[in-house]
Amino acid sequence: MEGLGLFNYWIAVAIMMVGFYGVIAKRNLVKQAISLGLFQTGVFLFYITMSVYRAPDGTPGRAPVWEAILDGFTKDPGPYDNPLPHVLMLTAIVVGVSTLSVALAIIMNIKRLYGTVEADEISEIEEAIEHREEMMSR
Amino acid sequence: MDALTPHLPVLLVLTPLFGGLLAALMPRRGPAPWIWSALVTGFEVLLGLSMVKLVRQSPQETITYFIGWWPAEYGIAYEIDALNAYVILVVALLAFVSTIYAKSSVEDEIPKDRHNFFYSIWLLAISGMVGICATADTFNIYVLLEISSLTVYTLIAMGKYRDRRALTASLKYLILGSIGATFILLGIGYLLMLTGTLNMADMHEQLMLMKAEGDLAGNRTILVGFTFITVGLGLKMAMWPLHLWLPNAYTFAPSAVSALVASTATKVGVYMAFRFIFTLFGSVYDSSATLALMAFCGTLGIIVSSIRAAQATNVKKILAYSSVGQLGYIVVGFSMANESGVAASVIHILNHAVTKGAMFMACGAVVLRMGNADLKSFYGLGRRMPATMAAFTIGGLGLIGMPLTSGFISKFYLISGALHDGKWWLAMVVLAGSLISIIYVWRVLEVIYFKKPEKRAPVEEAPFTMLIAMWILASASVILGVDAELTGRLAEFAARVLIGGAT
Amino acid sequence: MIESSPLLAIAIPLVGGALIVVTGARRNLREAVTLVTAGCLLAAVAALVPAALKGPSPTIEVLHVLPEIPLAFHVEPLGMIYALIASGLWILNSIYSIGYMRGNRESHQTRFYLCFALSIASVMGIAFSANMLTLFICYETLSLVTYPLVTHKAPKPAAVRAGRTYLGILVSASVLLMLPAMVGTWMYTGSLDFVHGGVFGEALADGSVPPWLFGFIFFLFMYGIAKAALMPFHRWLPAAMVAPTPVSALLHAVAVVKAGVFSVCKISTYLIGVDKLAEFGQGGWLLYAAGISVVAASFIALFQDNLKRRLAYSTVSQLSYITMGAAMLNPLGMMAAAMHIAAHAFGKITLFFAAGSIYTAAHKTKVSELDGIGRRMPFTMGAFTIGCLSMIGLPPTAGFISKWMLLGAAWTTEQYFAVGVLIVSTLLNAAYFLPIIHRAFFRAPPPPSAASDESSTAAGVPHGEAPWPIVVAVTGTAACAATVFFYPSVFADLAFALMRGMPT
Repeated sequence: MEGLGLFNYWIAVAIMMVGFYGVIAKRNLVKQAISLGLFQTGVFLFYITMSVYRAPDGTPGRAPVWEAILDGFTKDPGPYDNPLPHVLMLTAIVVGVSTLSVALAIIMNIKRLYGTVEADEISEIEEAIEHREEMMSR
Repeated sequence: MDALTPHLPVLLVLTPLFGGLLAALMPRRGPAPWIWSALVTGFEVLLGLSMVKLVRQSPQETITYFIGWWPAEYGIAYEIDALNAYVILVVALLAFVSTIYAKSSVEDEIPKDRHNFFYSIWLLAISGMVGICATADTFNIYVLLEISSLTVYTLIAMGKYRDRRALTASLKYLILGSIGATFILLGIGYLLMLTGTLNMADMHEQLMLMKAEGDLAGNRTILVGFTFITVGLGLKMAMWPLHLWLPNAYTFAPSAVSALVASTATKVGVYMAFRFIFTLFGSVYDSSATLALMAFCGTLGIIVSSIRAAQATNVKKILAYSSVGQLGYIVVGFSMANESGVAASVIHILNHAVTKGAMFMACGAVVLRMGNADLKSFYGLGRRMPATMAAFTIGGLGLIGMPLTSGFISKFYLISGALHDGKWWLAMVVLAGSLISIIYVWRVLEVIYFKKPEKRAPVEEAPFTMLIAMWILASASVILGVDAELTGRLAEFAARVLIGGAT
Repeated sequence: MIESSPLLAIAIPLVGGALIVVTGARRNLREAVTLVTAGCLLAAVAALVPAALKGPSPTIEVLHVLPEIPLAFHVEPLGMIYALIASGLWILNSIYSIGYMRGNRESHQTRFYLCFALSIASVMGIAFSANMLTLFICYETLSLVTYPLVTHKAPKPAAVRAGRTYLGILVSASVLLMLPAMVGTWMYTGSLDFVHGGVFGEALADGSVPPWLFGFIFFLFMYGIAKAALMPFHRWLPAAMVAPTPVSALLHAVAVVKAGVFSVCKISTYLIGVDKLAEFGQGGWLLYAAGISVVAASFIALFQDNLKRRLAYSTVSQLSYITMGAAMLNPLGMMAAAMHIAAHAFGKITLFFAAGSIYTAAHKTKVSELDGIGRRMPFTMGAFTIGCLSMIGLPPTAGFISKWMLLGAAWTTEQYFAVGVLIVSTLLNAAYFLPIIHRAFFRAPPPPSAASDESSTAAGVPHGEAPWPIVVAVTGTAACAATVFFYPSVFADLAFALMRGMPT
């Protein structure tokens, strides 16, 4: 069962898909924003899980950052996980948080000006505006 | 200046970045933030010019800058060659002109106590866009892409002071844009997994090695990575049918933002597509099927969006749909993957930026004077705002592709590209699509010059700063159309650089 | 004295246009500027004739529109004929315009004179173009600057609609057909220069362009030039008749339509090469397409009651004569075509001037209203008669010479279809022109009672000749049409020089 051996990837993909589904299917803007965050989190997990290293003898990799610093980079740290994806994800998480905060700020404004955060009600209001504009331009 | 020369690539990005941060600290009221932004973007143009000069001295080489002197495998490298020096200069110039233009429009559309924040975000957006063009590190592309996108979402949302629909348009853009960016991130992840590096050139080398060893045959990782990146880019550059966010976003954004974003943001997306498809995947991955699909989408995009533009009654919306259509030309151009076709794309990045920038600016001047951009507001403006409308007309002729405007040059290259491969049908379809642009441009022009204004009240000509900005772009459109010696050669050279990676 | 050059010929009307804008507020000065400009232009063009007789002159390059294709101009016989008639008739047309525009109290006169000057500048550009790109650019510019003239009566829906048809057909055809043909030529041969025998020789010889593709490119060019009004791309011409008569006269009888047939001749001679067409058995269809266009347009003209529309359809048919001359695919036919460019110009502008004269003096636009008008407007109708004779091809008019040459070329090369078309169409020409003359001179004017239910200014009120500038212009062009019959040397020499240069 090779497919199951990659179960960590399956989980990352599952989380992504849950998020993606939410973005598309939910009609509440806040829920859409949360789903978007979930979707991004799936990708973060994908990166993290990709960094895992297992030595040929089966020893799992570690993250020997502190130890290496304490003994001044002299000793062989043994098998270690790839640190690069972790670093990348630190940045990506910041980006994700910013996206979410901008989204929420916009949604707050929408609530103020439209009085609702339900996509259906908003599009009703907008259709009414558009209809009125079209009448005006005739 | 000489001491700065080695640092030029990174200065290009840092100048607007820190300029933006400082702008937020400026006094909230008064013209200080605007003056500051104009200075920063003006300086950016100078940097871009010296960058181009540097590249022209040794056109075959790439100028590489290692941030913190970390080698490219570990750190972030910025690489400048003929193509991105050119794109950076385009972005910087348009940013500068749009900043000049922004003064009156921002005073009118943004509350008085928010100007410092507006210009702060404005400069950050420019920094992100320039950064995307400068960097050679794929993950850095993602980060800068998000910097520019998040700021642009915010800028568009500021249109709420004029029309609340800006908010929903911005949110739609945010959601679709974030999905696109996340797809790109995912694709980069696959490539990282495959090659263990993030540097583009390095990645390409690794992939070439793997190809030489036969490891790539039937490799699904690269297929999935390529697909995610392509879809993500398609969303970002508003390739039809992934353009749904664009029309409303451009329509309801503040006028200055429409001008800036329409002329630069999607172009940066196109630039990324060049880099990924040609520099990274070129000759590694057989992308002909994807390119054929892109050609199809591009052609259909030209026709369908032009028809939508011909139906719209809001001039800003007409221009927005037309942008999607014009993007179709760029997509069709590089999907041919031959020299003339790619040159057509490269040159159209500039030509369309200039043309559409001028038109959005003229449109913004109408918004300022008439309150909205409805077709009705344009009635009889030919006599009331002659200079603005003349700029609009020149832009419109450029969109149609009349000779002696820049649009014609793009069209010539595009058709050359199609005929180069003997694709007469493609040339015909593209031209037929472009004829629809005559309809939507002429609809507006007829109203401008032939209709009687609705109200008798006198209308003032646009303010001086606006006129200057739009006329810089309008005359640039004519100059680029009359003498394409320089731009044409540059585009051909850039195309050779890109294709060179492909074959 | 300053050396005359094609650039000068293009610059003069441009400068004139600028001066017209500057002097716009004072109409006497403005119109003086127009006349002086036209005079200077004719002098500049005429000074180029000796150079043209020697065949294509060295090329002058101006700007690199595309990295490898410059904007370039040269002087050669065919372009000389075209430039000569356009600049010469501009003078008469300006005199006429002054009378017409003032007589009818038209609005936006500065715009009118400006666009006219710009059109003439584009015409000069077309006439002296040394490569296809230059021709294309000036051709499109001409469409664009004549648009405000066609829509002169703009807020009127009819004018706006006509403008759409006009620009729509012209630009669509040129963008959809001519542009790909031009780019194709560039892609396959690497050259767009106008040289005798065309640029396709090498590509055809080494097989990189198969004959069918060569024929296809020719096809695209011929239909792409919608200004030549080859059916079914002729609809813009009757539509353009809503414009003021001076526009119809100079532009839609001379400058614009001649730009079309001139391009047909120029492209066939200098870019495609008629000898290549004949050698590879391509392009034969054009003779039939043009022939059908000649007969069909004449036939439609028979049933037009509106005088200007009848003239427009007559133009469509006469233009196809020229195309037919080119389509004979031999030097003789091309010479006849070049001659007919000049001959038709003098005749047709006279007819339009006369139509405008009738409109100004009597406010009549329909053929059926012209009973007895010859007695009131003898000069106008006299000139009209000469114009008609020229159209039919009867001596003593210019039309006779060119028709004779066309017929001769058709006989010599044994193209009996062309002979048949010429005979049939001559009969049709006579059938739609002679009744007008008959009405004007031999029928009694309508009794005043018949006119009483029409508008107040209509036939009931006696009217005389049109204002004097109009009469001067109309008799002037008629005199030209007759003079060319007796002294055809300038045009015939140029046409002959064209023929001599062509490879056989």
